[in-house]
Amino acid sequence: MYYRIEISTKPSLQDPIGEEIKKDVQHLGSRGIKSIRFIRIFILKAKKIKKEKLDLIAKDILSDPVSDIYSFTDHITHGNEKTITFVEIAYLPGVMDPVALTTLKLMKKIGIKEIEDVQTRNRYEITGAVNEKEIEFIVKKLLMNNLIQIWLRDKNSIHFRKKILSFKKRTINIINKNDEELFDLSRRGLLSLDLVEMKSIQDYFFNNGREPFDIELETIAQTWSEHCIHKTFKGIIDYNGKRIRNLLKTTIMKATEKVNRDYCVSVFKDNAGIIKYNRDYNISFKVETHNHPSALEPYGGAGTGIGGVIRDTLGTGLGAKPIASTDIFCFGPMNISIKNLPSGVLHPKRIFKGVIAGVRDYGNRMGIPTVNGAILFDKEYLYNPVVYCGNIGIIPASLCFKAPRDGDVIVVCGGKTGKDGIHGVTFASQELDETSEITSSGAVQIGNPITEKKLVDALIEARDEHLYNAITDCGGGGLSSAVGEMGKELGAVVHLEKVPLKYKGLKYDEIWISESQERMLIAVPQKDMDRLKQVFSKHNVDFAPIGRFENTGKLKLLYKNEKVGELDMDFLHNKCPLSRKKAYWKRERFAEPVLPKKLRLGEILLKLLSHPNIASKEIVIRQYDHEVQGMSALKPLVGWENDGPSDGAVLRPFPDSKRGIVITCGINPYYGKIDPYWMAASSIEEAMRNSVACGGNPNKAAILDNFSWGDVNNPKILGELVRTSYGCYDTAVALKVPFISGKDSLNNVFSLKGKKKSILSTLLISCVSICDDVTKSPSSNFKQARNLIYIIGKTKKEMGGSHYFKLFNRTGNAVPELDFKQSYKTLKKIHRAIKKGYVSAIHDCSEGGIGVAISEMIIGGRLGAVMYLEKIIREGNLRDDELLFSESNSRFIVEIPEKRRKAFENCIKGIPYAPIGEVQYSKKLTIYTKKKKAVELDIDTIVKKWKQRITW
Amino acid sequence: METKDYMVKKPHVLVLKSAGTNCDEETRIAFELTGANAEIVYTQDLYTNKKKLERFHILIFPGGFSYGDDIAAGKVWATEIKHFFIDKLKQFIKEGKLILGICNGFQVLVKLGLLPALNGKIDQSVSLICNDSARYEDRWVYLKKCSTKTVFVNDLEGLLLIPVAHTEGKFITKDEEILKKLFKKDQVIFQYVDKNGKITGHPANPNGSVRNIAGICDETGRVLGMMPHPERAVLQTQYPDWRRNKIKSSMMGSTIIENAVNYIKTTLL
Repeated sequence: MYYRIEISTKPSLQDPIGEEIKKDVQHLGSRGIKSIRFIRIFILKAKKIKKEKLDLIAKDILSDPVSDIYSFTDHITHGNEKTITFVEIAYLPGVMDPVALTTLKLMKKIGIKEIEDVQTRNRYEITGAVNEKEIEFIVKKLLMNNLIQIWLRDKNSIHFRKKILSFKKRTINIINKNDEELFDLSRRGLLSLDLVEMKSIQDYFFNNGREPFDIELETIAQTWSEHCIHKTFKGIIDYNGKRIRNLLKTTIMKATEKVNRDYCVSVFKDNAGIIKYNRDYNISFKVETHNHPSALEPYGGAGTGIGGVIRDTLGTGLGAKPIASTDIFCFGPMNISIKNLPSGVLHPKRIFKGVIAGVRDYGNRMGIPTVNGAILFDKEYLYNPVVYCGNIGIIPASLCFKAPRDGDVIVVCGGKTGKDGIHGVTFASQELDETSEITSSGAVQIGNPITEKKLVDALIEARDEHLYNAITDCGGGGLSSAVGEMGKELGAVVHLEKVPLKYKGLKYDEIWISESQERMLIAVPQKDMDRLKQVFSKHNVDFAPIGRFENTGKLKLLYKNEKVGELDMDFLHNKCPLSRKKAYWKRERFAEPVLPKKLRLGEILLKLLSHPNIASKEIVIRQYDHEVQGMSALKPLVGWENDGPSDGAVLRPFPDSKRGIVITCGINPYYGKIDPYWMAASSIEEAMRNSVACGGNPNKAAILDNFSWGDVNNPKILGELVRTSYGCYDTAVALKVPFISGKDSLNNVFSLKGKKKSILSTLLISCVSICDDVTKSPSSNFKQARNLIYIIGKTKKEMGGSHYFKLFNRTGNAVPELDFKQSYKTLKKIHRAIKKGYVSAIHDCSEGGIGVAISEMIIGGRLGAVMYLEKIIREGNLRDDELLFSESNSRFIVEIPEKRRKAFENCIKGIPYAPIGEVQYSKKLTIYTKKKKAVELDIDTIVKKWKQRITW
Repeated sequence: METKDYMVKKPHVLVLKSAGTNCDEETRIAFELTGANAEIVYTQDLYTNKKKLERFHILIFPGGFSYGDDIAAGKVWATEIKHFFIDKLKQFIKEGKLILGICNGFQVLVKLGLLPALNGKIDQSVSLICNDSARYEDRWVYLKKCSTKTVFVNDLEGLLLIPVAHTEGKFITKDEEILKKLFKKDQVIFQYVDKNGKITGHPANPNGSVRNIAGICDETGRVLGMMPHPERAVLQTQYPDWRRNKIKSSMMGSTIIENAVNYIKTTLL
């Protein structure tokens, strides 16, 4: 029997969830709705249960006696109007339903044994004159995602379906296939392998004298996926007639070798890069992309993105403890009308809200603060949003390396394995099209942060007791990648039927490649298994031994003692044929805007401040817990009203030490349109400038690269990748900053009616550095009236790719370049001035130039300022608008107390600087040109323009 | 070890943890900084008597998302404790010891009925529901002390400045009667105010709580629940604008923690 309980907020109380949905509906242009009320449904499965007991469950366990009403006999309704529509949404069978799981466990625990299973559903009571078509629109666009949920219109039940398949081993014929058939096999099997790769697999099995089993092909496809081995970066590229072998090694990794910093502990080897923090501890940092999943299921995609990168931290060395997250997003324009959306594409606002909610719920529930980020909006991201998730960890210095030993037990722990995310990795390397929503549904993953939180706690305890020799996460490619990677020097045997499953009915190859979340893999000496069991049961974490590492050089897969696969580790890991691709880059000319003769600088400044890329992201930041764990020493929001923008975040991991960790980023894809080389240089310097502005030591800094690129089979787009890498190399070497980790997400392409839409080539640079004394770290808000305002660095006529030009819908050509020597010197000297305590406030000068930077310092400080444009140091002839809005590199705005003037100037001798104004009590920003007062704006106006743009 | 403990007479603090609790570590540190012995204990270990509650003087229900906020915030943890442990908690309070619920911990105490427990009756009569904004919000708020009924606010003068971070923090009561009683019996301890001490709306009142209520205690004054996080406000550098304004120690979250520790030192040690 199924028993249904409906619960809702009392009619006398507001229903904020319903209200929020109503607002979203109105945003989408539907006006007829009067109200939406949210009703939670629990469906309990039991052979028989007494009415009194059911009442008790509804009253005491599932509802709140103060705020809720419940019913297990009738449908709840709040009104008696005629125009009520009910919509009921259920999860599809097999999709993770955390609330149902918790409820079932609780019932068992407190002795309600009758309940055999639980389902939850969402029900919405929609009041108002809306027609059927509109309801359908609302449901599909806002209330559900058909990848994981189903709208129960007429039928009232879906079954607890458990399909049980009988075991059947499958062989795939490959040896006698011709090219066309091979290619077809790859495509139909979603293997994402090209012909050369398929042929080399054909050769391997031909030489072995047998056809492959299905699971073997899957394993090879996972291991050889772009996501796992970065074949484009590591392959051969013919670039402008020059042959490059392994772009990664010859640029990014080479820079790290060249700068040869002694604080680098582990680079490009592990799940994250590691640098030194102090004698006893090191810091790990990793940033991942999760673009494809977020395009299809923003909430689940972004949530599992953050969940995944947290597991990277946990899988670094013998396990770092995650202490902070970062998030950088690129979305399509928010104001695009629904009508103009191509089919298969979700509205940017839906993606925005879903992604932010996903990150919020996963990060907050894990108790890991989200401390730094950025959000960009551009039509180039309409088809494919870009979602970067980063995580920082702290790890004892003695636990940074690992290796499984012969005989170690392979233990999978944490979440159970289901059908989630099958083919996620090969899917991530594939382009999306109008049908992706349907065909790729298995690739979507839904996370459960509490499972992961318990896993972190259990593993850190096991780590400290030295109970395992190696650890890695089950991320892309699932067990296939994790076991393969961990055992590649040894060999491994895995008994697939031993993997704990969420439900019956998984085939052995699905068990092997499933990307179910919250799973980690560890290599445990047999003697420590008992103690491991104790630790895991204390934390209530599931685990299972599934095989052993053994020194055979082979990966052996068994299912119920029958061999279903056997591959040579050497073939798997070293024999993927090098990809060969063509690339070129040639500078394009873009149209220049016609700039107005008569300038209204104040008006332009306000327009820039309310540009979505520049405007306040407070509404997002406040939804993230940015202070849990209590380490925060510089927050993403700063100043008098706690709403000014910060250049980055500073953490103080130990209260008894003043040593901090600085986390910042730099991103500017618009420069890349003109010249990706300078995009790389600018992004690296921006990340470093931000870091220095937060008190970070540029000589104790490290950076990470993340490439989100379009179709790399297009030589022009691949050329941009090459040129960006060159820029990365030159800049990192000049600034003496090592890359320690990175990740690329290629083929971010959407096929629309046969036409390929690639995203803007987008490089993200993330930076971690040490702040020797957090009490000296400045913030960006002005502190004290009568203090002096300095500009550091030269302003040049570099308007190409600027936000000022964006106001005219133009790109221009003069992209900001970087004077490498000057840049290094500037960072070093500004850092010294900060360390000496001369600097009251400092802010990086980037998007929107000096005008925006000084306004942001005013917003943070709620103090006015006066500034003289003529005093700005410049190169060449610049118009007033160019002076104010140029985005030249190597510049800061700095606030200095009058009495520190001499000391400060002495300290930074050798870099360009000039006092350009003064902080004032007046509640105004006043800017003078040579001739006249050109800008006079109230702080209130500035704050309003900046804060009221993004409010959803 | 034992002799040393005896010599310095440190209060023993138990920071309770369930699946999804995530403010346990900083809570432990905040108490240690105040000179207490603090230990994180799994709820399971209390149920099975592996750890003995009797050994401790202060019990903390810290913040987090116990059981993922599934069903409702704090509900699952509260239901569990109600079934396995409620008598021991009653005994604990009877012995003159202290209980503090922070954020999710406050939600648990409320749903368990330990707060406000009017007339000593353990039954849920108030609740903490979804913020008016329907969103999670992390922001710093000013708190006004409304009553001296609880020992946690003994030395408190002026306003406190502490952060909140939650989705379900809107305080409501079952009816008007209960609200009146809470004030009449001085069980309302904190109200959200603006920086001038005035009762106003959002953002000063971050969640839309009835009468801006941010924290309440029981009739003994030894059980306190509050949505804001005092443990995140014990160091100068944790404050948002410390670079410009040094925070008076009386405004800091550590005051509440020190009061609790001092109370135990003077009464039970």
